Amino acid sequence: MPSITYISNSGESRTVTVDSGVTIMQAAVRNGVPGIVADCGGECQCATCHVYVDPKFLGLLKPAAEDEDAMLALTASERKDNSRLACQLVLTDALEGIVVTTPPIQQ
Amino acid sequence: MDRGVVIVGAGQAGFQTALSLRNEGYAGKIALIDDEGRVPYARPPLSKAYLKGTATAESLEYRPAEFFVQQSLDLVLNDPAVEIDRGRQTVALRSGRELEWSSLVLATGAHVRRLPSLGKEPSYLRTFADSESLRSHLSGSGSLLAIGCGFIGLEAAAAARAQGKQVRVIGAEARLMGRAVSPFISAWFHALHERHGVEIQLSTAVQGVSETSAVLPDGTVETADTVVVGIGVIPNTELAAKANLAVSGGIVTDSYLRTTDPAIFAVGDCAMHPNVYAGGLTRIESVQNAADHARAVASTISGRPKEYRQVPWFWTEQFEAKLQIAGLAVEADETEVKGDPESGKFSVYSYKAGKLKFVESVNQPAAHIAARKLLEI
Repeated sequence: MPSITYISNSGESRTVTVDSGVTIMQAAVRNGVPGIVADCGGECQCATCHVYVDPKFLGLLKPAAEDEDAMLALTASERKDNSRLACQLVLTDALEGIVVTTPPIQQ
Repeated sequence: MDRGVVIVGAGQAGFQTALSLRNEGYAGKIALIDDEGRVPYARPPLSKAYLKGTATAESLEYRPAEFFVQQSLDLVLNDPAVEIDRGRQTVALRSGRELEWSSLVLATGAHVRRLPSLGKEPSYLRTFADSESLRSHLSGSGSLLAIGCGFIGLEAAAAARAQGKQVRVIGAEARLMGRAVSPFISAWFHALHERHGVEIQLSTAVQGVSETSAVLPDGTVETADTVVVGIGVIPNTELAAKANLAVSGGIVTDSYLRTTDPAIFAVGDCAMHPNVYAGGLTRIESVQNAADHARAVASTISGRPKEYRQVPWFWTEQFEAKLQIAGLAVEADETEVKGDPESGKFSVYSYKAGKLKFVESVNQPAAHIAARKLLEI
């Protein structure tokens, strides 16, 4: 049951705990965390679940696959080195305590 | 005084309208009503991951039920709208409840086109219940007969074949996904399905169906353990027509998605809207169209009028191929293939009168993304 902390663009923080296997997008949506839109429902088609991953955890994540990398070119907020799409990030116990920041806008 | 917004239909377009209204800062009353009994859910996985059994029902929900309460969205389920009173600006529901509005958004979607039934009904694929029923039918079946060679028929065929079922597709058109893709892509997917062992029969208009059979034009009866029909949808326009709004192959709107009553909008599958990429009025069934219509209307209702003019895009997944389409398919006079179709990673660029009209990418997401930008008018 990893926990994850979402920090909004204005600095408010929300921590939720979910089952392993749930994506960072799903964890946000199911717990009503604002700042993640997820138009396409997790199909890596819309770039509206953009997050900035705390650099401390970046190395623990699988690198972005080709489709995620391509979709990151369409984010509404600036793409940075730690930009990822939350629908492609599956939570595991190894990611316990991961922190992500949601961008100013998603679309 | 603002009497609030009523949204009829809680599919992608209706749900997104409600969400975007709150995102835009709209603080008035919002009611989201639907004839189904489920919390709003995503439909694309119904013919893909959910059918294959790799997605759960919960994962399809856009938001959990609590979200609607937190956002003060009045989610009214199992209670379809039956009549609009434009003079009093109210809508009556089947239960007898009446809701008042200052803006009404029709996101009524579409229903499946059916074939004449020769006994027990076959499976169709539009709603969560349809997908669940097909999934359970398939689990006890050795074979599937898919009627229709569009996205739905082919996605269902691929999902069933991936589970080891014997699969046959019968389509009325001369090529696969004929309305939506180029002849090159039709042929490539035809070969893909055949390589995976799917039998395909085209130019054959099925005359009637049952739970386990289909009758062909020459009288031949084809049978299978499960029959699924995916031959297109019909927009739900009855409510609009009854209220004397203009209806012609869909609910007719202007570029702001306003119907012939300026306080009533139509969004998503049901909206016959002016589309700059079609060069006229058209109706589009896609996630992109639904979500972008919704955002434009939410902005307009919130006091920032916004014309709809987004690049259309679509996707489908069949076996190992993810096809992404940017733009609207037309009969092209020139096509260019980039990449290597043999390797399963390539894109087809279609031109008309020297202008790029649409781009189809197979397993080439970067080319698709670039195309969406390239096509912007």
